[in-house]
Amino acid sequence: MSAMPQYIQGWEKIWHYALRVFVGLVLFYLVFPILVIIPLSFNASPFFTFTKEMLAFDPDGYSLEWYYDFFNDLNWQAAVKNSAIITVSATLLATFLGTLAALGLAKSYLPYRRVLMALLISPMIVPLIISAAAMYFFYTNIRLQGTYLGVILAHTALATPFVVITVTATLSGFDHSLIRAAASLGANSTTIFFRIIVPIILPGVIAGALFAFITSFDEVVVIYFVGSYQQHTIPWQMFSGIRERISPTILAVATMLIIVSMLLLCTLECIRRRNERMRRGQL
Amino acid sequence: MESVAQQEQVIDGATLKLRFRRAERRKRYGALLPVLPLLLFIIITFLFPVGEMLLRSIDNKKVPNVLQMSAPLLQQWDASGDALPDDAVYEALLQDFVAGAKDKTITAVGQRLNYEVSGVSSLFRKTARRAKKIEWADAAEAREAMLKIDAKWADVNIWRGIQRFSSATTAGYFLAATDYRYNPAVQEYQKNPEGIYISLFGRTLFISLVITLLTLLLGYPVSFLLSNLPSKAANLLIIFVLLPFWTSLLVRTTSWIVLLQKEGVINDTLVALGIVGDGNRLEIIHNQTGTIVAMTHILLPFMILPLYSVMKTISPYHMRAARSLGANAFTAFRRVYFPQTIPGIGAGVILVFILAIGYYITPELVGGAEGTFISNRIAYHVRSSLNWGLAAALGAMLLVVVLVLYWCYDKIVGVDNMKLG
Amino acid sequence: MKLMKNKTKLTTITAVLVAGSLLAQPLVNAAENIDLTIVSWGGAYTTSQQKAYHEPYMEKNSGVKITNDDSSNEAVARLRAMKEAGNVTWDLVDVVAADALRLCDEGLAREMDFDKELAKGNDGSSATKDFGDLLVNECFIPQIVYSTTFGYRTDVPEWNGAQPTSIKDVFDLKKFPGKRSLEKRPVNNLEWALLADGVPADKIYDVLSTEAGVKQAFAKLDTIKDDVIWWSAGADTPQRLADGQVVIGSTYNGRLFSVIEEEKQPVAMLWDWQVFDLDGWIVPAGLSADREAAVLDYLKFATDTQRLADQAKYISYGPARKSSAPLVGKHATLGIDMAPHMPTDPKNAKTTLLYNFEWWADNRDEMDQRFQAWLSQ
Repeated sequence: MSAMPQYIQGWEKIWHYALRVFVGLVLFYLVFPILVIIPLSFNASPFFTFTKEMLAFDPDGYSLEWYYDFFNDLNWQAAVKNSAIITVSATLLATFLGTLAALGLAKSYLPYRRVLMALLISPMIVPLIISAAAMYFFYTNIRLQGTYLGVILAHTALATPFVVITVTATLSGFDHSLIRAAASLGANSTTIFFRIIVPIILPGVIAGALFAFITSFDEVVVIYFVGSYQQHTIPWQMFSGIRERISPTILAVATMLIIVSMLLLCTLECIRRRNERMRRGQL
Repeated sequence: MESVAQQEQVIDGATLKLRFRRAERRKRYGALLPVLPLLLFIIITFLFPVGEMLLRSIDNKKVPNVLQMSAPLLQQWDASGDALPDDAVYEALLQDFVAGAKDKTITAVGQRLNYEVSGVSSLFRKTARRAKKIEWADAAEAREAMLKIDAKWADVNIWRGIQRFSSATTAGYFLAATDYRYNPAVQEYQKNPEGIYISLFGRTLFISLVITLLTLLLGYPVSFLLSNLPSKAANLLIIFVLLPFWTSLLVRTTSWIVLLQKEGVINDTLVALGIVGDGNRLEIIHNQTGTIVAMTHILLPFMILPLYSVMKTISPYHMRAARSLGANAFTAFRRVYFPQTIPGIGAGVILVFILAIGYYITPELVGGAEGTFISNRIAYHVRSSLNWGLAAALGAMLLVVVLVLYWCYDKIVGVDNMKLG
Repeated sequence: MKLMKNKTKLTTITAVLVAGSLLAQPLVNAAENIDLTIVSWGGAYTTSQQKAYHEPYMEKNSGVKITNDDSSNEAVARLRAMKEAGNVTWDLVDVVAADALRLCDEGLAREMDFDKELAKGNDGSSATKDFGDLLVNECFIPQIVYSTTFGYRTDVPEWNGAQPTSIKDVFDLKKFPGKRSLEKRPVNNLEWALLADGVPADKIYDVLSTEAGVKQAFAKLDTIKDDVIWWSAGADTPQRLADGQVVIGSTYNGRLFSVIEEEKQPVAMLWDWQVFDLDGWIVPAGLSADREAAVLDYLKFATDTQRLADQAKYISYGPARKSSAPLVGKHATLGIDMAPHMPTDPKNAKTTLLYNFEWWADNRDEMDQRFQAWLSQ
């Protein structure tokens, strides 16, 4: 439909262009709020808007002050460390448990498959505030409220559904005759697992791990309940910063996070392309 | 067939069928094995805690546990008349006060009952403080002593309130969550004219609906165009959708604060262009507008992606066929294309709606007084007012709505077909 | 024989160990490495405690490390949950008096023996005398008297040079047009509304206890509702005043002090009907013996006459001990006299209201719901 078919004429042409303009505006609405933060984080004055100097591209209007602030603030440094510890641990745990479960869930003969699936992805369905309150009481009862272990376990529970879904989806397209073929050629089950199953599900596992990573990394409601200030992460620091008094340092942090998400996006895009190539190869 | 089986039975002493079934069962349940660790983990650290929390909405054990002596006696009292309970009840309650003041459990009961009958909290605190020093010989003296501590103990409505809420379970929290309140004077639950929860639920559902419709309105054309562009262009443009999707929720919320606030980018631009005066800057944050604008942005990818994945599978030849059979563009779209996108619309609409009604962070930061959701109220009751029973009741109601929607989602899309990214 | 020998050896070793440990006891205590978690409000307030209490204490006791936890705003919830779990991880908690009352009633805070466990005043008076009636219950050791009051901009052209002097002016949109910043909860606002409506201060809570009184308060608030921006964090009003977003706003007096004296903004204080409240320490109930000993040692130091007076160098809240008042000196960095900035200064305290804990304990839930309903009307 990119090249306009000949039978389009008159007001249909207007439609054709109107659609493109409308979609352009929507895409602008999607991306502009994110991109606008980037230049503002280099603002030399503590305002959240473009100053005259900035609009005139006067170098004095720009500065790295807020980045300097970030790297010299102990609270932010602790937040980065906490985010790393919690997110990495939760991601590894969730990826392991989720992938293992997906290996079973992908088998169509698994009993109570639908029920199991519903139970396993329930942390994704239940509104966060309910999960947060429930886990708050639970982890307090088992004396893990306000500990790293408690927060990591809580985040693992929230992140596993994403791993389960992605890996199960990858496995559902899996051609089981490959295993039979390998077995008939004399491969034992270990060889089959590492030479056939792993390469096939690996993109799914990586994608699932990325989802788990972003879920844990971005999560602030549950950690705000289950954790204490000792476990404060980057989003926690942002949340309390915005509530207390929004400072331009938050914009600097936001800019860095945008770059992280761009990297994540690229990784996923590469995996998707690789998948598509593989599918086409199989066909 | 049967004769062969019988033969086997004779030979092996067991039917092949049975062995086959056993092997089959072993295989089926063997597949459960890898699922088990996660299943146990989720049950223990998630489902059980959620269940336990929801039970707090009807749990009232605290009251009969502390009012050990008086609660059973009070149950026998006939509250319908205007007569006060017997002296024995007074004495039992005074004993409970003495014990409760010693292990400091009684004021928590007062606070619990204060949710239903205002004024009980201070009455309990005052009585507990004095009860420690009181000595009495018989029930009549105990009654005298209590009346001396506070004349409210001669108020039949206080007693009715205590009686009504002294059993181990209570409907009080759910009634409060639906804006009902016990009126001891007429001994009935009455609509509370100052109730806020029904209207708050209504507002949460209404704003979520507006957001869902907006995402559909904005997302449908985007998905439509993307799915009809050559894949190279589509892959490039989809980045515009995926970038916000992968960007931290707090970053996106921060962006909207920066854009919408009074001294923010949008207001500054409008003032600079002379569209609004410097004195009349638009108030587009800390109200419903703020919540709607920011959340529509945040949830839009969740509408576009399912729509896009459905539209990609629709063959362009269908439309062309319709056109060549004489339908005009609009008719062809309405009769041929649109019906095929309905599953995608269903998926996107329910997904966005489920996500929207449970939102907490964004309304908290940009919603102000009129743009907050039921989640914010639940958080308030868990962390500030400490009315955990009411928080649980509100949570249970929210969860029911979500589960019903989720069931619809499962019917339309199927959980198995849920795709991410 | 061999057995015997062994036995003797063992006894000797035990004896040596016991003696050694007894000898070592005081040494171990002094050099004991203990990590105290002290919970407070964060921001400028925690900083003032850090400078006036924590740092000098840690200097004297090198084995003690103090960790700040900014969770005071949910102290009751957390302590209640910790008690349910039987695992108290906090050692000392800074709370407002209303919360202390609740914590003490529920047995979540340790009862104190004030005269034994706290230092005497520097004038020799006992702790109970020195704190006087600010000791509102058995668990609460007050540090400061703070007030919630109003600040206003001094450069509003529409006011034609007039400046607000009474609570009535806050509700007077004709004479003092412009946006107001009020806290998003009923506490204080209802009282101020009635005061501005002419209800005498000693009748406030009697009036509020009637349906008509509550309606009257909300009706008065209705008159300015469209011009109110609500705040929930203590920093909101100072920032809005500094930005010129509002012309009058309520907040804690210490925050206004920072805006006026540290940031030099054109803002002034309106002290009329400031609401007094107390802030202080509670020791959580159920600490282990060694932690409790460490906390009490810290507490004795941190609540003595000099330390309480020192805190006023960093933040403009009045010290809770009578004996501290004469020691209040100059601000640590600005070098200005702090006494006239104290809410308790006679010039500022002509009209004051004491926050009524009892009334709010009974009516908080109901008033809060009505306030929310009124807000979203």
